[in-house]
Amino acid sequence: MNPENYLYLASILFVIGAVGVLLRRNAIVVFMCIELMLNASNLAFVSFARLNGNIDGQVIAFFVMVVAAAEVVIGLAIIVTIFRTRRSASVDDPNLLKL
Amino acid sequence: MIELLSTTPPTSTGEAVAFWFLAPITVIAAVMIVVSRKAVHSALWMATTMIVLAVLYIMQGGIFLGVVQVVVYTGAVMMLFLFVVMLVGVDASDSFVETLRGQRVAAILLATGFGVLMVAGVSRATFQEAVGVGAANDAAGGHVEAIAEAIFTRYVFTFEIVSIVLVTAAVGAMTLTHKERLTPRKLQPELSVERIRGGHPTPYPSPGVYAQHNAVDTPALLPDGSPAEDSVPEELRRQGTVRYTELEAARESEQEGGDTR
Repeated sequence: MNPENYLYLASILFVIGAVGVLLRRNAIVVFMCIELMLNASNLAFVSFARLNGNIDGQVIAFFVMVVAAAEVVIGLAIIVTIFRTRRSASVDDPNLLKL
Repeated sequence: MIELLSTTPPTSTGEAVAFWFLAPITVIAAVMIVVSRKAVHSALWMATTMIVLAVLYIMQGGIFLGVVQVVVYTGAVMMLFLFVVMLVGVDASDSFVETLRGQRVAAILLATGFGVLMVAGVSRATFQEAVGVGAANDAAGGHVEAIAEAIFTRYVFTFEIVSIVLVTAAVGAMTLTHKERLTPRKLQPELSVERIRGGHPTPYPSPGVYAQHNAVDTPALLPDGSPAEDSVPEELRRQGTVRYTELEAARESEQEGGDTR
């Protein structure tokens, strides 16, 4: 099997995540799709680390993971705050940029 | 097993079998995240994707990364997601009404074009023969040692910045979800006075227990058969996710708007 197949898989996963971000209205699902895109890039990083025979790609994927975790914490806190005032988790409703 | 995984030849038949078994699962689960109507279902498909991706990392010699993926993503991040989904309301399903006309078609077209570009880019690139991370691991004396060496020497500045990001995120989450207390906290004496003067000194009725439904969102029935609204938590009533029983639905259709509820 060609190791490039992992890169194809990463591209497909990234595109699916992008479709989700563009199509869905629920802020939580949009967030999950962003996580999916980050994971697809991680898969590409790990594949490149393996193709080139060094560990740097894995270290960068590790950093991406940490940043993704921080992003989830902040994003979900924002969603909860908006839900408290608007009673809705849809990305269409908060269009006034104020709570 | 760690030695076996990190020093396997670049491609093996076993890996090919595992890849062609796991890759379709990942893609299907990813598609299901996007098309599931309920956020909880999306979250479960997300967990599937994450676990399969962890296996894919491990297959490529990223053993540490695979373990971190399981612990951080399926352990912490997905739990956080499920927690917020429960907080926001499980039954709140997505509206599929387009606010911008033609957005769905445009989005799918754009994404298809983007995907074609990416796949074409990967297919046109020439790659050297895959080396595998075995040699890099052996140079540092082990897989985890190699990663530790990279993080704490070449990437130590990045590591510090990432730690600052984490601390900022923790403080930010606390600030965002913090609620300022506007009135003094009520203590036992005030609460008991309020209860006696407030017109409802006895406890509220508990939610209904039926053959088909036994949950806090199902109201109990009063002697005349109408649902007791105050047996359901106020928060659920406000969200509009109170579940009336089939009995009540049948009675409603019988009366056809006779009395007010």
